[in-house]
Amino acid sequence: MALVIGIPTELAPLEKRVATVPEVVEKLIKLGFSVMVQSGAGDAANCDDASYRAAGATIADSAAALWSGSDIVFKVRPPSLDEVALMREGGTLISFIWPAQNPDLMQALAAKKTTVLAIDSLPRQLSRAQKMDALTSMAGVSGYRAVVEAANAFGRFFNGQITAAGKIPPAKVFVAGAGVAGLAAIGTAANLGAIVRANDTRAEVADQVVSLGGEFVKVDYDEEGSGGGGYAKVMSEGFQKAQREMYAKQAREVDIIITTALIPGKPAPRLITAEMVQSMKPGSVIVDMAAEQGGNCELTEPGKAVVKHGVTIVGYTDLASRLAKQSSSLYATNLFRLTEELCKAKDGTVDVNMEDEAIRGLTVIKEGAITWPPPAPKPVAAPPAPPAAAAKPAEKKGGHGHGAVQAPASWKETGIQFGVVAVLFYLIGAGAPSAFLSHFTVFVLACFVGYMVVWNVTAALHTPLMSVTNAISSIIVLGALVQVAPPLLGEGASVVRPVGWILGLAVASIVLVTINMFGGFAVTRRMLDMFRK
Amino acid sequence: MNTTSLLSQPLATVAYIGATILFIMSLGGLSHPETSRRGNQYGIIGMAIAVLATIFGPKVTPAGWGWIVGAMAVGGSIGIYAARTVKMTQMPELVALMHSLVGLAAVFVGYANYIDPAASANLPADEHMVHLIETYVGILIGAVTFSGSIVAFGKLAGKISGKPVILPGRHFLNLIALGVVIWFGVQFAGAHEVSQGMVPLYVMTAIALLFGVHMVMAIGGADMPVVVSMLNSYSGWAAAATGFMLSNDLLIVTGALVGSSGAILSYIMCKAMNRQFFSVIAGGFGTEGGAAPAAGAVPAGEVTPITSAETAELLRDAKNVILVPGYGMAVAQAQHTVFEITKLLREKGVNVRFGIHPVAGRMPGHMNVLLAEAKVPYDIVLEMEELNDDFPDTDVAMVIGANDIVNPAAEDDPTSPIAGMPVLQVWKAKTSIVMKRSMASGYAGVDNPLFYKENNRMLFGDAKKMLDEVLVALKG
Repeated sequence: MALVIGIPTELAPLEKRVATVPEVVEKLIKLGFSVMVQSGAGDAANCDDASYRAAGATIADSAAALWSGSDIVFKVRPPSLDEVALMREGGTLISFIWPAQNPDLMQALAAKKTTVLAIDSLPRQLSRAQKMDALTSMAGVSGYRAVVEAANAFGRFFNGQITAAGKIPPAKVFVAGAGVAGLAAIGTAANLGAIVRANDTRAEVADQVVSLGGEFVKVDYDEEGSGGGGYAKVMSEGFQKAQREMYAKQAREVDIIITTALIPGKPAPRLITAEMVQSMKPGSVIVDMAAEQGGNCELTEPGKAVVKHGVTIVGYTDLASRLAKQSSSLYATNLFRLTEELCKAKDGTVDVNMEDEAIRGLTVIKEGAITWPPPAPKPVAAPPAPPAAAAKPAEKKGGHGHGAVQAPASWKETGIQFGVVAVLFYLIGAGAPSAFLSHFTVFVLACFVGYMVVWNVTAALHTPLMSVTNAISSIIVLGALVQVAPPLLGEGASVVRPVGWILGLAVASIVLVTINMFGGFAVTRRMLDMFRK
Repeated sequence: MNTTSLLSQPLATVAYIGATILFIMSLGGLSHPETSRRGNQYGIIGMAIAVLATIFGPKVTPAGWGWIVGAMAVGGSIGIYAARTVKMTQMPELVALMHSLVGLAAVFVGYANYIDPAASANLPADEHMVHLIETYVGILIGAVTFSGSIVAFGKLAGKISGKPVILPGRHFLNLIALGVVIWFGVQFAGAHEVSQGMVPLYVMTAIALLFGVHMVMAIGGADMPVVVSMLNSYSGWAAAATGFMLSNDLLIVTGALVGSSGAILSYIMCKAMNRQFFSVIAGGFGTEGGAAPAAGAVPAGEVTPITSAETAELLRDAKNVILVPGYGMAVAQAQHTVFEITKLLREKGVNVRFGIHPVAGRMPGHMNVLLAEAKVPYDIVLEMEELNDDFPDTDVAMVIGANDIVNPAAEDDPTSPIAGMPVLQVWKAKTSIVMKRSMASGYAGVDNPLFYKENNRMLFGDAKKMLDEVLVALKG
């Protein structure tokens, strides 16, 4: 029996996102579900009721009708306790939950005997889980929006220009924290033409920063900051001191600071002090993406943009929601991928398979029993040292031909090869008549000439090389030509010559070989004519 | 001694030297596409000089001219007709078929030479012996080339199954064949009359023909580039052996040039597959280590399909695109559509390049010829080594009908049958798209973990049809 997926209107203030979009509704229906959307749920994300209806969803008039009529509810923000009260007994909820921060909500949901999948509890280290990773997709949107907000508040261009009205220096942007949001911000700011610097306690992200056009600023202190699940951990006192000095220096130099530093389960680290804000140039901008968790900047006021010491400090907590259409469709796709995992049979039912590591991590309440936190994930093996075999082909890549860097064969091998050749040559020299030897000389030298010439042939022309050498091997026609009508030997002609047979074989050979000769050259020419710049 | 010939023996010899130089220059010209057309012309001129010098030289009397002109007219028209009508995708078959002609001609010339008493008259005893051995070896190589090429042609044209056919105890069979050939060779060299020598010669020819068939039948479809270039080499050695038989230096030199060229190509192809030449010749790809990969990592996970419209979207938004064509492109005749897409993307400012694996296709350089036919400029068609490091900066890497040459298992999985083979690292691109008919494995019969990678998308369907759709979507 097909289950009903319900999409309620988000009630949180300023929340414009919706948990699914019409394009994804179609895909959900293909999986065998029916979809019900609360009237007006997608209005703020530019998805009106008509478009949902066109995609095959039914429209519920009220929240109560929706919650009671749905087997599975997709939501963006954690539900309020009022919403939980509307929920069907034993139903399923897929949403952001933040179980650590919302114990009351967890109790209420458990009391309803529900099954809850918290999209924020996804084990992100599983590569298989990436397609469902809503934290990542939302962070990407937020990072982009953070730069747009900064540009909005900033009084100058991002890119440097030299115009008739004078030279404009490029804006300098510093991004603290190179997680998904930070990287998105780096890429966006670099694309706008700004000079972008970034820092992260995890040294391994330096390459990613550079790849997006940023410059990685190191803290002058040796400590590795990689915590579990792709987050950073709290750093030592000595490190923090060095980090503060670096931030202070950046604050004096740059025009825009975007902070994204978060540590899971803890308030956001205070990176930017009031003095640092004071030291910034007037007109500078700080976008604090950690405002909801207390902010990375001392002066941030969550949810607001304020001007302090001439610096605009943007503390919006709804950055992703400000790009409602984009973030809704990404979130909807994340949830759709999750639904696919839950409904492998494509029959419109869900199977919460607790053996599956990804689903186990997501499931925080199973049929009324709280299953959060999940058992520690299987330790991810440290990346194994590259096996010796992998290094070997790399060595061989030196290209073929002369001048390729190849270690000369060992003396032993070379000795054996020389020995074999010497024995062969001795046998030939001892047994063969001199007439043969002169031909043999020519033969050996020709082999070497061929070897030298052919190594220079470019790989693209290997096929023409084959067809032209094939055409040239038609030279064997000479053997047939001299047999057709050789001049008679004077007195040696005592033996009867089987002329008919010889002539027949010779003429047949000439026909065969000329097919090859003309065909080979003609086809080579045809091919070579095609090679154009 | 003979006043009827237009060219004296010294003049004919000088002409032969000229032809030799032209042939070497012909091969030298192929080092770059710019000079390659001239190289081909050098070859034609060299061949013309050699043939004319022989016809007008002291070894041919005017009585034979009629026969020669007639035979060459017939052969030449067939050859030119074939060259004009052949499709570029059929080049491997044509080349294989042409090798067989040279092989057969070598056999005929050898027989004719043997039954011609004039050919070996006036030779001292030891030279006569060498002459007989040369004849024997020439026919042997010619016969192997002939039957081997015919089988290779059949396999390439799809008339014979591409699967390796392995007889039980095949190495043993080959050894017996070699022993018999040597024993009859001794008989042959000891024969005093032509009629006595004919039986060993017939037996040897039959064995050589069977050996050629057996050798190529045992070689799998993925190894065909090696076989084609190896037969190319054999046809050269056959010419060289004939040259020894006729004491003709031009034949020896040319045969040696062709022979070593083919041998080098075979070597390059083997290296591109990280395989030993002898194990290719011994045949049966994947039969030795067939059991091992099953125990190793079986790629788990699922593939992510993509539509042609989404593919067009990805291509349009990309800055750097690398296309990796394989045999599937040749089969689907999709090279022209590929060029249309390339042209469109380049007009939009996308940096489109082609990555060619040395063994892509069924013949060395097969893909280059197909792309050239479709007018893709050769300076954006690059070798694997030239662009393999560029994949991390590539937005979209699109694999068109290729499989084993983009298999990451070759680098990651030491138990894989293709371990150590250099491959195009398409999985390092931001997104890779694999165009494929179905999930079937490639010629090597190895599953491809690339398909299951997170950043890989599968575009299922016939390459030509899907590319046409992509093209329409790009235009729209």
